[in-house]
Amino acid sequence: MLITLIRRHLLPYKKLLLAVIALQIVAVGATMTLPTLNARLIDQGILTGDTNYILKIGAVMLALSLIQAVFGISATWFGSRAGMGFGRDIRDELFHTVTGFSTREVDGFGAPSLITRITNDVLQVQTLVVMLCTTFISAPITIVIGIFLAVREDAPLSLILVAAIPVLLISISTIIIRVVPQYRNMQERIDRVNQVLREQIVGIRVIRAFVREPLETDRFGEANDRLTRTATLTSRYMSSMFPTVMLVLNVSSAAAVWIAADRIGAGEMKVGSLIAFLTYLVQILMAVMMATFVAVSWPRASVCAERVLEVLRTDSSIVTAAEPVTAIDGSGHLEFRNVTFSYPGAEKPVLSNISFTAVPGQTTAIIGSTGSGKTSLVNLVARLIDCSGGSVLLDGVDVRELEPELLWRNAAIVPQKPYLFSGTIRSNLMFADPDATEADLWKALEIAQAADFVNAMPERLDAPISQGGTNVSGGQRQRLAIARALVRKPSVYVFDDSFSALDLATDSRLRTALVPITADRTMIIVAQRVSTIRHADQILVLEHGECMGLGTHEELIETCPTYAEIVASQLTAEEAA
Amino acid sequence: MSQGAAPQRSPAAEARATVGPRMGMATMPVERSKDFRNSTIRLISWLRPERVRMTLVLLFAVFSVVMSVVGPKILGNATTTIVRGVMSPNGIDYASLHRTLLIVAALYLGSAVLAYSQGFLLAGVVHRTMRRMRSAVEVKINRLPLDYIDRTPRGDLLSRVTNDIDNIAQSLAQTLSMLFISLLTVVGVLIMMLTISPLLTLVAVATVPVTLFTIKFIATRSKKRFIAQWAHTGSLNALVEETFAGHSLVKVFGQQQATEDTFRGLNEKLFDASFGAQFISGIIMPAMMLVSNLNYVAIAVIGGLRVASGNLSIGDIQAFIQYSRQFTQPINQLASMANMLQSGIASAERVFELLDIDEQRADPADPTVVPEPSGRVAFEHVSFSYSADKPLITDLSLVAEPGQSIAIVGPTGAGKTTLVNLLMRFYELDSGAITLDGTDIASMRREELRSNMGMVLQDTWLFGGTIRDNIAYGNLNATDEQIIDAARATYVDRFVRSLPDGYDTVLDDEASNLSAGEKQLLTIARAFLAEPTILILDEATSSVDTRTEVLIQHAMAALRTNRTSFVIAHRLSTIRDADTILVMEHGRIVEQGNHARLLANRGAYYDLYNAQFVAAAVELDGQAS
Repeated sequence: MLITLIRRHLLPYKKLLLAVIALQIVAVGATMTLPTLNARLIDQGILTGDTNYILKIGAVMLALSLIQAVFGISATWFGSRAGMGFGRDIRDELFHTVTGFSTREVDGFGAPSLITRITNDVLQVQTLVVMLCTTFISAPITIVIGIFLAVREDAPLSLILVAAIPVLLISISTIIIRVVPQYRNMQERIDRVNQVLREQIVGIRVIRAFVREPLETDRFGEANDRLTRTATLTSRYMSSMFPTVMLVLNVSSAAAVWIAADRIGAGEMKVGSLIAFLTYLVQILMAVMMATFVAVSWPRASVCAERVLEVLRTDSSIVTAAEPVTAIDGSGHLEFRNVTFSYPGAEKPVLSNISFTAVPGQTTAIIGSTGSGKTSLVNLVARLIDCSGGSVLLDGVDVRELEPELLWRNAAIVPQKPYLFSGTIRSNLMFADPDATEADLWKALEIAQAADFVNAMPERLDAPISQGGTNVSGGQRQRLAIARALVRKPSVYVFDDSFSALDLATDSRLRTALVPITADRTMIIVAQRVSTIRHADQILVLEHGECMGLGTHEELIETCPTYAEIVASQLTAEEAA
Repeated sequence: MSQGAAPQRSPAAEARATVGPRMGMATMPVERSKDFRNSTIRLISWLRPERVRMTLVLLFAVFSVVMSVVGPKILGNATTTIVRGVMSPNGIDYASLHRTLLIVAALYLGSAVLAYSQGFLLAGVVHRTMRRMRSAVEVKINRLPLDYIDRTPRGDLLSRVTNDIDNIAQSLAQTLSMLFISLLTVVGVLIMMLTISPLLTLVAVATVPVTLFTIKFIATRSKKRFIAQWAHTGSLNALVEETFAGHSLVKVFGQQQATEDTFRGLNEKLFDASFGAQFISGIIMPAMMLVSNLNYVAIAVIGGLRVASGNLSIGDIQAFIQYSRQFTQPINQLASMANMLQSGIASAERVFELLDIDEQRADPADPTVVPEPSGRVAFEHVSFSYSADKPLITDLSLVAEPGQSIAIVGPTGAGKTTLVNLLMRFYELDSGAITLDGTDIASMRREELRSNMGMVLQDTWLFGGTIRDNIAYGNLNATDEQIIDAARATYVDRFVRSLPDGYDTVLDDEASNLSAGEKQLLTIARAFLAEPTILILDEATSSVDTRTEVLIQHAMAALRTNRTSFVIAHRLSTIRDADTILVMEHGRIVEQGNHARLLANRGAYYDLYNAQFVAAAVELDGQAS
């Protein structure tokens, strides 16, 4: 998975990466020549007492150090650019893909999951790629050059590497293989501790009311113990890493001296070579360790890459027509013609065979209990999903034939869960129409019964709104969302259960204020309260995705048992008990 | 690291950076502590119960360092033995050489075993201490006055218990022994180097300021970019969250292109900042390599000249090169540890701050007990305010006889929950008294008082556990039959039985497998099982589907039977049938009386009644006939 992602998105940076490899070969080569030169310095300078030779070799070593620095820094420059560019490109493509998604794909993945994928998952992959491009790339180069130089110094002594490298690999891997699952465990246990605590803080009134503090402390204690056990175990594994690596390194150094002594005694090897060899040994083993770490972080990043690719490979189920209709008369004549909607693979359709016509100046209400398919119906109007059968027509044109922007300019939705964007009240209203005037905004606020509380805020229209609109109450949020739709001035208004958080008095004032605005517009109101919709021109009763009745309140009471039942249930709710 | 004569970071540090849970997260700008000295002392004092183990940890560290510091010198002696043997006609003294090498191996083995034991003990010490600290915070939360919790953002409170303690654990684990080991290594290596050659030592020590200066030079330059990187990451993530959460709105309001443009702009800025940060911090490695290579060259050349002039042995140069490596490494580590310690102490300060908050008033030493109260509740001249300058309730008196119901009405935000807070003693009165069967509730233990109360709030609080456990929360000793009886009486049984796992269905984090109405029913069942004398109910206004709402009404009515109840009421029927209605506005009680009397008064209740209910009532009455 990771390979696919890397291959595809690192390709534009091929030249940069080739440059990194070339530069690193020089830099590593320069650094690793130092011990060889040092060996000569010892064998031909020190042991023979040739001071000039010592100084000459010293100067060469100095030059090589500088070369190493210059090439190393350049490699870092190219590597960072490639790695970070890789991350940027993926983020761009992901964001573009997701904004192109229809509601079905977004709901399928879930917004939080998509957010994690574009933020955390991309970051994980990017971090590995950046390390690959900058630091890790030198590990294989070091190993190859190191082994070459070590063998050149003394081939038989280099056989130590044949033992030392596997021992190091095995000991590090043994530790890491144990640690990695522990990290996963640990995350789960940290989550559990957080969960228990969050529950305690959120439910503190209930906990105190039922005097359950001791029980909660026990619950927390258990989660705490479990976390402590895993954390301790993980720490122990990790802390064994350093001593283990040092032990392998040092013992192989001692072994190298042991073996070298025989060869030097036999005159087959020089002392300087031994000292150079010891340095190579350290460098090679360190590089092996580094490579092991890449191997370990690979699966983790690979999981992230898979999650990223999954999004990139998903196509939006909403496709704009090849030659979309770009003009309609904008009267707001909306028709559902035998509309059926079902999720792929689902047994039962969410909506089946729905037909109705909503015309300008009229209010069409849709009523039904949770899960009856009301929101799917709303989403079909704005083509956030496409119907599986039949068609939705706006001004006589199938919405699938329309240019999406044109459709959205003509149909404004106030969603069930009103969502505001961070910024100000003004920026939220202007979201619907960047050209709206101050007067437009106030007028919309007036109608939405929001002018009073906006006026009461010291910054009025410029009052800050936090992300999601969490700094205003649910009722205020709902009214601002309604005002936003009003600023849009579409020909079709769709209110998806948008009055639920309003008290009955505000609800009724708002509906009265809406009357003049909607005289020549089409209104669709989805609601659960009978009182909200009883004056609608027509009421569509939905149950399990089927139309149980269509008509006025009076007609339906007589003819539609489901509707009568809903009315009766609300009567009981408000009157009996 | 693999390219130079000197490994830059310890393998352990590398391991942490690579496989640690924070892998790949660029370092956040370090937060500074307010009172470093005292907070450090206080943090260390948390280790007191572990002092025996801590002493062992330090002892092991000392011996481990000494052994590893002596190693290179002795290995150098081995090389010298070889060189001497080559030079002399007698050849190499293999017996002595092998003895020396075995000693070296033994020293390294000993050092490794001690280092391992040290790490093993320390992990236990740190995590046990963190467990104690987490528990202390948890216990503290249960003792905090409710107004603190109401005032403090949840995220902040949570982050102190989790992120901050985690951060402390990380920095303790890494600094406690490493700090000590690094310091000890520096001293030990310095001594060893001095014994070999004071002149070469001078060369090696001279690189230290160069190293530190280079790091500082680069760090100050990269810091700015790291801060920018974090800021841009933050705004990019915020944009992503908003856009994805409000996905359909972005489309429907035609903002897709504009949003993508904004994103691309931010993404480009993030790229610039993170490239800069990565590059500049990436320079550290080749730069440090340069410094250590220069050091290596200087030692090789100067040392070579000294050997040539007969003042030094070859083995000594070999040892010295190893020492000079060991010397710069811990110094670099000390610098990064200082940062980590800073951030750990800053976290500790936040935890201590929480632990230092005044706890709620202690229960009276000699509490009054009201055995089997009848449920008569009286407010006697009660005054209360959340802050001194804004009196909320002044001189409120009312009596609820056993079995009576009190309805609290008023618009949203009128402070209806204040009464609940006072009744449950979540908040303390400013003056006056609330009595239960004539006993001042302030003279009772909170636990005792609350065991007589049942509460169903609009925010349905359920915990991650089975449905059975959630109901049993009302009475921990309840039998299965009692639980199911309570569930039947409150209409929970029906929907629970339709779930595949029935009563053993595990509610997930947000209890998303139940509808809002079903959650509400569960909380009613829980209160039912508790069999309280006094009830506090909050009627829901949220959009529960109509049929469930009927069930909730019935369940609440069942719950209210024969109990004194205080109801935050929204339903006309509840209000009309109440024995006393309290009308609240702007946090005050403006009227009290029963329905008929308040209507006759033509005051606030009359207005409220007309605005909220008449229209609806007329409409519904019309249909009923």
